[in-house]
Amino acid sequence: MSTPAPLAPEAGRTTPAPAPATVERVAVTEAAAAMLAQLRTQHGELMFHQSGGCCDGSSPMCYPDGDFLTGDADVHLGDLRVGQDDGDGGAGSTAFTVPVWMSRNQFEYWKHTHLTIDVVPGRGAGFSLEAPEGVRFLIRSRVFSDAEYAALGGSGTVAVGTTA
Amino acid sequence: MTVYAAPGTEGSLVTYRSRYEHWIGGEFRAPVNGRYFENPSPVNGKTFTEVARGDAADIEAALDAAHKAAPAWGRTSPTERAIILNKIADRMEQHLEEIAVAEAWENGKPVRETLAADIPLAIDHFRYFAGAIRAQEGTLSQIDEDTIAYHFHEPLGVVGQIIPWNFPILMAVWKLAPALAAGNAVVLKPAEQTPASILYLMELLADIIPPGVLNIVNGFGVEAGKPLASSSRIRKIAFTGETTTGRLIMQYAAQNIIPVTLELGGKSPNIFFADVAREKDDFYDKALEGFTMFALNQGEVCTCPSRALIDSSIYDGFLSDALERTRAVKQGNPLDTDTMIGAQASNDQLEKILRYMDIGKQEGATILTGGERSDLGGDLSGGYYVTPTVFEGKNSMRVFQEEIFGPVVAVTSFSDYDEAISIANDTLYGLGAGVWSREATTAYRAGRAIQAGRVWTNNYHAYPAAAAFGGYKGSGVGRENHLMMLDHYQQTKNLLVSYSPSKLGFF
Repeated sequence: MSTPAPLAPEAGRTTPAPAPATVERVAVTEAAAAMLAQLRTQHGELMFHQSGGCCDGSSPMCYPDGDFLTGDADVHLGDLRVGQDDGDGGAGSTAFTVPVWMSRNQFEYWKHTHLTIDVVPGRGAGFSLEAPEGVRFLIRSRVFSDAEYAALGGSGTVAVGTTA
Repeated sequence: MTVYAAPGTEGSLVTYRSRYEHWIGGEFRAPVNGRYFENPSPVNGKTFTEVARGDAADIEAALDAAHKAAPAWGRTSPTERAIILNKIADRMEQHLEEIAVAEAWENGKPVRETLAADIPLAIDHFRYFAGAIRAQEGTLSQIDEDTIAYHFHEPLGVVGQIIPWNFPILMAVWKLAPALAAGNAVVLKPAEQTPASILYLMELLADIIPPGVLNIVNGFGVEAGKPLASSSRIRKIAFTGETTTGRLIMQYAAQNIIPVTLELGGKSPNIFFADVAREKDDFYDKALEGFTMFALNQGEVCTCPSRALIDSSIYDGFLSDALERTRAVKQGNPLDTDTMIGAQASNDQLEKILRYMDIGKQEGATILTGGERSDLGGDLSGGYYVTPTVFEGKNSMRVFQEEIFGPVVAVTSFSDYDEAISIANDTLYGLGAGVWSREATTAYRAGRAIQAGRVWTNNYHAYPAAAAFGGYKGSGVGRENHLMMLDHYQQTKNLLVSYSPSKLGFF
């Protein structure tokens, strides 16, 4: 469950991206992408909002797109590109995108890390859509390299252990 | 030492039913859609019962029952309600041991904690609110000689409550006791990780609580929690959980114009000032225990002291002693009364904790002890066990900023008082904090300067009724554990009365 699926560039962004097309903040594993495809047939277009805090916090929450109201307090981290564009000449395209959001104040503490949404067996959380399927979306994180961080508009080093 | 037999096995105090329906209108009622979900014990990872998988139709049925019961319940006298709350407490006390075993089995926590903390605290909570509602008085203001404003407390009516899985019964009681004391009828949605122990308790209380006053609907958040939180038929929603769901619940409440109370967790600092190590006496020993409190309840506590801040002048020695204390934490079968730390509540929780071990190391934090899943062997091999873990690093790292909800503490040092407070407050949350100092002025100043709703001073993880508990900043809205919570479950009715025989003279 750890192979990131291919990511499209900037398609479908609804707010200005914080990063050049070559460096993405978010990715999705094939297993999580398959679960998203299944959830989309049940619930329509989807979105993620990364949670924090108690119990099931620090987990990505998946909702029908628009069910969770985002605003100035949130950052749009990017769009997960799921499915295949090609297939049977376009008509059979299964591609769709899933925007990923996070609270702006939380982003300040997370911005030096790349996030991959994966899925594991588990017992749900909050109102996230995958819970009844017996699985739970989960974040795998990777610290950006200095070059990646610079490309995303960050300044200084991302080796946070030496800066704070 | 006692090792309780696992529920359902020979000699156990507890036998869970093989299947639980919803509790609606004072009786078990099958889910409308006929669906159930499996409920595994974190102790061994094996299913021990199945539970109704509710949806909007079951929530509506529970709301019907609650609305039917609410008018009469709301008109009962405070005395009558207090008597019922005290009867609940007495019944729980009579069955304390079995409730404690049932709770440990479902949640994975050590029975030592449920025997000594969870269930006794729940019992006391009912007694506290029984007393609080008896003692509560309305107010009056004399506007002028002939005009009086009377203020009466009235129940809200029917309220919704969504409960977390870390203290399934105690967290339910924190919300139930004030709601029932204030005269409300309740529809309660337990966490899908721990749906059964509250129903085990409910059966014991069935003859005490009038039908429809307390209704329990289980199921997944999106299927059962959401219809409850977004219902136009509740007058208030209370939730303990995380920030994104908290925001979503506020959003639903905004649509119905109803109040919310939210408890959304934290990343609590535990500060050890230099004078702690002035002597190696009982106080020092107590402070080391205070450090190790991060492992209480497997770290699955909203107020887990998950950031330890240690004065640099005592850092090496104190940390060395604290590590020794941490390594002495005994992990084992949760039903063994010698066990200090049990199993994480679910597989996804275990996975999340292991991911944080990974990001912590990537960020340059050092694992000083623990840092891995532990296999306890035998029948416990399938359980979700993590060794108590101490990270050393910087406050900007994600392991210092995010609630891991596991037995993981992130340790750093500070050079002076100002830096200690600065680090303590450099967090999105403000639920709990710990301050350890022999100097009353230092402890007092620090306690007032930390932006958190509860500052334990020379103690930690005590949760007595009568001490208000709730969050600053991102940790939520409202307070629990205190009579002020009655306000969260009551309307204010003002009668503005004129006793004057004379007209105003306007018309």
